[in-house]
Amino acid sequence: MKRRNFLKACLIGGTTIALGKTNKGWASGSFEGYPEAMGVLVDTTRCIGCRSCEAACNKEQKLPEPDTSFDDPSVFEHDRRPTSKAYTVVNRYQKEQPSGPVYRKVQCNHCNEPACLTSCFVNAYTKTKEGAVIYNSKVCVGCRNCMIACPFNVPGYDYDSATNPIVKKCILCYDTRLKYGKPPACVEICPQEALTFGHRADLIKLAHERIRATPDRYVDHVYGEKEVGGTSWLYLAPVGFDKLGFDTTLSNDPIISNVKDFLGMVPMVLSIWPALFSGIHLLAKHEEQGGHGHDTDSNQEDTKP
Amino acid sequence: MSSYKHLIVAALSIGAISVSSPAALQCAPVPDSITLNQNGKLFSPFTFNHAKHIQSIKECADCHHHTTGTLVLDPNCARCHQNSSPTAVVSCKGCHSATPFSPETLAAKRADKQRYHLDKMGLKGAMHQNCIGCHNKMGNGPTGCQDCHPRTTEGAAFYSTNRKGAKPAHAEEE
Repeated sequence: MKRRNFLKACLIGGTTIALGKTNKGWASGSFEGYPEAMGVLVDTTRCIGCRSCEAACNKEQKLPEPDTSFDDPSVFEHDRRPTSKAYTVVNRYQKEQPSGPVYRKVQCNHCNEPACLTSCFVNAYTKTKEGAVIYNSKVCVGCRNCMIACPFNVPGYDYDSATNPIVKKCILCYDTRLKYGKPPACVEICPQEALTFGHRADLIKLAHERIRATPDRYVDHVYGEKEVGGTSWLYLAPVGFDKLGFDTTLSNDPIISNVKDFLGMVPMVLSIWPALFSGIHLLAKHEEQGGHGHDTDSNQEDTKP
Repeated sequence: MSSYKHLIVAALSIGAISVSSPAALQCAPVPDSITLNQNGKLFSPFTFNHAKHIQSIKECADCHHHTTGTLVLDPNCARCHQNSSPTAVVSCKGCHSATPFSPETLAAKRADKQRYHLDKMGLKGAMHQNCIGCHNKMGNGPTGCQDCHPRTTEGAAFYSTNRKGAKPAHAEEE
């Protein structure tokens, strides 16, 4: 092979890779969830803040006794986030408004393309076909990458045991209920039916139908339909989602889209680059040793980009 | 065996006729009180004073969709049901399923492509929203859980009521 041809090939190869980087046609990022995935639609206009969902979750998941009882309204004084001892919490917003407070249940949203799963290097997380994002605590090494990766600040970390690190979060009652087609414990106990369980695809239609039928009741947006590539938990709200503690700055692209271009480069760098540069090096060395066949003109030509 | 079956069918159809004919409906017994939450485990069953509500509200359609003798009031319902005749069943549990999210209910919903009322509330949701919604709107009537149905011992354990007044979680963070 002529040195000129070799460099030309390198240039073409490099351009192809560079173009491939910006191509959105890569498999990840376009996944719209499993067709039979289930989900829960949270209608915040219906929630009365009774915290029964918290109690039901606590008992179903056999979590430790709460710090204070589940009918203690004092917990609403501060915003809470899910922890290893409480996979779901209810927060109160808009207390000063004449229309009364709005309550928002927080738990793992069970993304179609979970960032926790992407960030986990031991593959502790699985997105099941039923829509739940579950984890295997046996392989978890406690690196807590998932806690940083999660766009909703969900995974909690069990700090009580230093020897057995476990990240804990809502699993949509996968082991005890979802696997058998049954609704999660929080949905079943909700007195107001603020939580609606069903196929995710059906829930999206249902949510838009509620907005259409009673436009004064809702803002025209279903949170979780598109955010970070879509989530199994969907929300309806009477006021802007930003007023209820939702992150409204999230992109509709899954978190993996932010890193997949970079991660796609890694195998190339690790496997192709050593061979490529060794080749160039060897070729250059070879040319140096047997370089008497070249005149000055051709050398100048070769150094052109 | 077959005559036994016939007897049941006959009895049922007589029952259905007596309920569905308007004349019979007016004479149909309107219960003065109804025991709700009959199978409640966490909260006790309780008596709903129907007579008192009839006295103060008077309009059946304020609570029931398909009432006896009143036309449909909700403009959204009236689009289709303006001339619908009163239904045989007016009780909440007659239409609203006690298990709205069971695999069977969801499968039946998916299989029925013609169904219009896809967002029909379950029994528990319908009753709580009806009661609490109206009580909030009218500014009177109970809205707290235990104002209507006191907790059972099992319910108290479920809500960890013995922990009441204990230090809330957020206090530790400060």
